[in-house]
Amino acid sequence: MKLFYHTGKYFLLLKRVFGKPEKISVYYKQILHEIDSLGIGSLGLIAIISVFMGGVITIQSAYNFTSPFIPLYAVGLGTRESIVLEFSPTIISLILAGKVGSNIASEIGTMRISEQIDALEIMGINSAGYLILPKIAAAMFINPFLIVISMFLGVLGGYVMGVATGACTSYEYIFGIQSFFVPFNIYYSLTKTIVFAFIITSVAGYQGYYTSGGALEVGKASTRSVVYNSILILIMNLVITQIMLVG
Amino acid sequence: MIEIKNLNKAFGDRKVVNDVSFVFETGKTNLVIGESGSGKTTILKMMVGLHVPDSGDVEYDGRSFTHSSEKEKQEVRKEIGMLFQGGALFDSLTIEQNVAFPLDMFTEMSSEEKTERVNFCLQKVNLEGRNKLYPAELSGGMKKRAALARAIANNPKYLFCDEPNSGLDPKTSLVIDALIKDVTLEFGMTTVVITHDMNSVMEIGQNILFLYKGNMWWQGNNKEILTTDNQEILDFVYASEFLKQLKPRK
Ligand SMILES: Nc1ncnc2c1ncn2[C@@H]1O[C@H](COP(=O)(O)OP(=O)(O)OP(=O)(O)O)[C@@H](O)[C@H]1O
Ligand SMILES: [Mg+2]
Repeated sequence: MKLFYHTGKYFLLLKRVFGKPEKISVYYKQILHEIDSLGIGSLGLIAIISVFMGGVITIQSAYNFTSPFIPLYAVGLGTRESIVLEFSPTIISLILAGKVGSNIASEIGTMRISEQIDALEIMGINSAGYLILPKIAAAMFINPFLIVISMFLGVLGGYVMGVATGACTSYEYIFGIQSFFVPFNIYYSLTKTIVFAFIITSVAGYQGYYTSGGALEVGKASTRSVVYNSILILIMNLVITQIMLVG
Repeated sequence: MIEIKNLNKAFGDRKVVNDVSFVFETGKTNLVIGESGSGKTTILKMMVGLHVPDSGDVEYDGRSFTHSSEKEKQEVRKEIGMLFQGGALFDSLTIEQNVAFPLDMFTEMSSEEKTERVNFCLQKVNLEGRNKLYPAELSGGMKKRAALARAIANNPKYLFCDEPNSGLDPKTSLVIDALIKDVTLEFGMTTVVITHDMNSVMEIGQNILFLYKGNMWWQGNNKEILTTDNQEILDFVYASEFLKQLKPRK
């Protein structure tokens, strides 16, 4: 029952979020600001994680491909496919759900309990739209770039660490990452990324917007946003994969 | 003129506001007074639509507010300035950006005009030169004053102040009271001030609503309040032994 209640309330909030903005120029400025804080602000974290994960994926692949029937360029190929299909869009999105999602929920939650949202409402501003829409728009715009960067760095990390540890040779790896390339996979990945970006920002916005009480509840809202976001991302990952790769 | 008619509000089964009606007059500073927890903030929030009354109505110059659509409410709200009890400044923005916020949102002013208006408002509340500070860098009283500057920035028709003086020293209090009274008169605003500060009552109490446990208990002005024989008011006005000695005898 509670699930239906929150689902309904969530969609009602979305309706308000996409209501007519008071002033386009103000929203535009907000979107640029959010691109900077949500997107560019996450770049460092994503870069580090991608390089290391790419390296580990390469080493593990090489470790597992011991059969003489598997050519060694499969290491590069496997690394690329894991990163493009799953690691960058899904795992990085889960990490962003933790970083960006909890950030959004606690920021908006704090604005709720300190009456800043009431102050917006009193001025005649659609507070849901003003606070949440720029974040959704910014994330849906910038996350695909973050994910492409993550893919690139992941494959690069694989190369550097694979060659450095002797897991594969430079020639094999580069040959591997160039073989059997299917452009549709990138399209599939970025579609996932954009859907996840929407989920992360809107669910975190919802949790923050309906915070009530004090600092304790802000903390709880932030935790809830990470939990629900992770679950929703995993479910949507399954759905999109079934539709786009199988169906 | 803002008229509240038979407002009722309960939180759970605790009745907080009980059938309160009152007329807040234009060009006057209208006060809502009463002890802590008597329902003052709740009434104010019902007046601006942050709480929905269980029954009753609020009218802004004859326009019904409580039962109007969200869109009509927004139109009325664009004419409202409000000072929250806790200030409610946007903490991601500087003082200057806070005060300019309603101007950014609802006017087509050039940035020079905005700067001029912002400085004018900040100077009115004795915060000139503090433009670039963030709310976290202000004292409690300074936050109040900055929030008041934001409330009056866009020349509202209706001004609501929830305890503008709490946390201020007596001298700054007087400055703020005088400011509220001046802008009200000068721009013909309808101003509603919540307070439990007797100094303010004497300074700007042109039309007073006294609440007692959520009930409308007494109404009048700052002259009448000194001579009433209503016991709850006497307890409120002459709270201290010192003040009791000053009570005029009939
Ligand atoms: N959101 C709420 N939920 C439940 N009870 C509330 C809520 N807001 C206020 N109350 C209760 O309503 C009563 C009146 O509160 P209100 O804030 O209107 O008092 P007040 O007159 O403004 O007091 P003060 O001078 O201390 O600010 C209080 O007993 C309070 O506990
Ligand atoms: Mg109060």
